[in-house]
Formats: sequence, structure tokens, C-alpha cells
Amino acid sequence: MGLKTIDERLRLAFPDAEITLRDLTGTEDHVEAHITSVAFVGVSPVERHRMVYKALGELMKGPIHALALHTHVPEHNKESLS
Amino acid sequence: MSRDVQAEIQDTLDKNPVLLFMKGSPSFPQCGFSAQVAYILSELNVEYVGVDVLSDPEVREGIKEFSAWPTIPQLYIKGEFIGGCDIVKDLFESGELRTKAVDSGVISTES
Repeated sequence: MGLKTIDERLRLAFPDAEITLRDLTGTEDHVEAHITSVAFVGVSPVERHRMVYKALGELMKGPIHALALHTHVPEHNKESLS
Repeated sequence: MSRDVQAEIQDTLDKNPVLLFMKGSPSFPQCGFSAQVAYILSELNVEYVGVDVLSDPEVREGIKEFSAWPTIPQLYIKGEFIGGCDIVKDLFESGELRTKAVDSGVISTES
């Protein structure tokens, strides 16, 4: 498991996404992720995180020890939120 | 008789308006993420009960299933799942967490 695996899983689930991953500890198991996707438009923070956790599947059950997760919607989709 | 952890969790939620499933205790968190949420709750002067999942492996796994959420900590207010560390931090910084706590009557507006 590495950042590459995480990146692949996320791109599969969120094909349009802009994804930034950061290895927080140098061990590739404490990861910060910023994901920007239209899939998050109109979706609550809790449901957004559930979508990401689902995409990562079993990686969340051990290989990834800690995931700091930030989900965003693309700039041009923001006005449709309110 | 086998233990019904899901029912136990529901029961604990029914009895505690603000409940934090965490690693360690409110005074001695044993994980940075749990510590951050505990800190935020104390900043807001919210009275809460911490459930230490490290002391109970069945609850540790059970709460993940209960909330459909794979990580600890997990914050509940009035039985509603609020989120994990990142979401709680975002809601705190935007002021929404305080609003929610006030609206739910779990925080005193006097200071």
C-alpha cells in the first residue's frame, strides 16, 4: 500500500476529481487528502466522507492508519449549493 | 447470551445528549484526533460523555458499523451523528458547531 494505491482508488470512484495527497509521516499510512469533485455538490460533509471511505474500502481497515480528509466542490459549482 | 453491542450503543446515545466515542478518556485522550475533538468540546463548554473504545474492542468495532463510519473519534449530539475529527474541526471553525450545540440545548449561551 502506498499513496499511489490510494490515489488510484480515489480516481476510480471520482473520475473528475482533483486530488492532492500528502504523506504526513513519511510512512505512507498517515495521509492528508484534499479531494475536489462535482460528486460532492449538495452532499453533506458526513456523506462526502462516507463516499470516500467506501471508495477506499479495506484500505481504511489497517493499511491507512490515519486519514485527514478534506472534501471540496469545484469553484464553478459553489453557487448551486445554497 | 451474546452481547447486543448495537442496542447498547443506541441505549448509551439515548441517555447522553453529547457523546464522544474516542480513544482514551476526555482527560487523557490517547490519540491526537480524539484529543482535538475533546479540546473543541471543552472550548465550547459543552458537557459530554466520552466512551473509551480502547477499553472495549466490541464497542470499538460496533460503533464503526453503527455509524457506517470507519474511524474514531465519532461525535454525536442528541443522537445525531455529527462526524469525525475533520468535520468537527470544520464545523467548529465555521461556528456551525456552536450553533448546533446551542440549538440542541447542550451548551449554555451565558458566559
